[in-house]
Amino acid sequence: MIAMLKDLRGRLGAGASAEEMVSALLEKIKRSKLNAYNNLSEESALERAREFDRSPWTGLMAGVPIAIKSCISTRGIETNCSSRILSGYVPPYDAHVIERLKEEGAIIVGKTNMDEFAMGTSTESSYFGPTRNPWDLDRVPGGSSGGSAAAVAAGEAPCALGSDTGGSIRCPASFCGIVGLKPTYGLVSRYGLVSYANSLEQIGPLTLSVEDAALVMEVIAGHDPRDSTSVKSDGGYLSGLDGGVKGLVLGVPKEYFGEGVDPLVEKSVWDAISRLEELGASWKEVSLPHTKYALAAYYIIAMSEASSNLARFDGLRYGLRFGTDQDWHSTFSEIRAAGFGPEVKRRILLGTYALSAGYYGRYYLKALKVRTLIKQDFERALSAGGADVLVTPTMPFPAFKIGERIEDPLSLYMADVFTVPINLAGVPAISVPCGFADGLPIGLQIIGRHFDEVSVLRAAKAYEDATPYSETVPKEVA
Amino acid sequence: MITGEDVDHISWLASIKVAEEELEGFVASFNSVLDYFHQLDELDTEDVEPTYRVVDLTNVFREDEVRESMSQEESLSNAPRTENGYFKSPRIV
Repeated sequence: MIAMLKDLRGRLGAGASAEEMVSALLEKIKRSKLNAYNNLSEESALERAREFDRSPWTGLMAGVPIAIKSCISTRGIETNCSSRILSGYVPPYDAHVIERLKEEGAIIVGKTNMDEFAMGTSTESSYFGPTRNPWDLDRVPGGSSGGSAAAVAAGEAPCALGSDTGGSIRCPASFCGIVGLKPTYGLVSRYGLVSYANSLEQIGPLTLSVEDAALVMEVIAGHDPRDSTSVKSDGGYLSGLDGGVKGLVLGVPKEYFGEGVDPLVEKSVWDAISRLEELGASWKEVSLPHTKYALAAYYIIAMSEASSNLARFDGLRYGLRFGTDQDWHSTFSEIRAAGFGPEVKRRILLGTYALSAGYYGRYYLKALKVRTLIKQDFERALSAGGADVLVTPTMPFPAFKIGERIEDPLSLYMADVFTVPINLAGVPAISVPCGFADGLPIGLQIIGRHFDEVSVLRAAKAYEDATPYSETVPKEVA
Repeated sequence: MITGEDVDHISWLASIKVAEEELEGFVASFNSVLDYFHQLDELDTEDVEPTYRVVDLTNVFREDEVRESMSQEESLSNAPRTENGYFKSPRIV
């Protein structure tokens, strides 16, 4: 039985032992074939659980175990971003979101596997090997937060944090049949998140239910002066959940259907739209005309920012260092060649090229201008008198096989076609399970206006309550 | 078209040594990815402003106050090579 947070909190509140819960979880993780975790914080988790049992504390997540993606800094717990260059790195400080989780009483059980530095859609680029999809062990869990999603789907964590730069929470949530929310840019502090593409990424929850995602948002959203792009949160994620969708106008962007989309995915999403209509919503077709340019703009911006952000990894203050020091440039060039995997190198090199003299205008500046057009598409579609939220497939197809796409970077990038526009526009979006294709989960993406997480969560909750998909769990773990 | 020489130059700029056997693969994938990027050329963006950030926040200030900071010991705790309480780097000149 996979426990949801409310249930878990109920049991802990009624005197269940946190230590038993945490140790059962740790045992399960150690027996697992999924490779969802890079490292466990076994001792500190058990110690904290024992403390809780001795004198229970209060808080939104009192005694609740949580898994954390390996790119979010946790004081005293290895945070390696699934990269060789950061293997063994133990942060001396907590990310803002970790401070908040601790304040609300959560217990961190370990750090989850991911694509190296979050650069990927499948968790196959991890230095520690791929994570497997709990619905089919030969398939990818999605990425880059694949470890977090697989852990939650398989009952190896009741909830997890991920990060989403171009779909890295929503894609694995979709492939693993769980809920994943990418908040509005600025709503959750990025302090302590190892930067990949800082103008695009947000930390967010991966959970078994929409209500759990809302609960985690109550904890992690809010202003933090250490992230200069951080804004305050109005909250209301939990209290606003149950309003239903009566009168809600759904926008269905025509560019998100048709060519390249698996017919079973398309059918599930249309069924979901009909379901929401039966629940009192109405829908209308909208257009996001610059959708076809989003992938190119996204990858140019992400790679450019990556080339700058990842310049810090030089083996000086932390990370891999080997051999006898030569001159500065040769030493660092060799450390970085050995420490980064092929996809990370590709993105840093392409980003360096895009920002180099003579090419800035053609690539980076051009992509930022296209970003404006994409953002305006969303503003128009979601303007007053337009749609309240947009509904689309999260991914154009269900989970693919391990090894199927990794050798062809461009084909892997194409998988992000419906998730990256959201990051370019900075709007919030959730993925909720909406059916199966040959036994593999399908995700419905609900997109909202800037800072209107409440509408997104409410629509997702109404849909979830009316359908059985969130309660269906993979056989391996049933 | 990107050539092997271009990749060598970029690798120097990025401080990532590219091995001989990696070169061909990078040249091929760079060309296919850049080719894909060039579809943006179709769009006329002459009069479009670039979006650097999606949330309008400018000049976020704070008071310039002395606060507690990380200890030297903690700051050096992950450094592979240190000397006398400093990070030890390769020689620069």
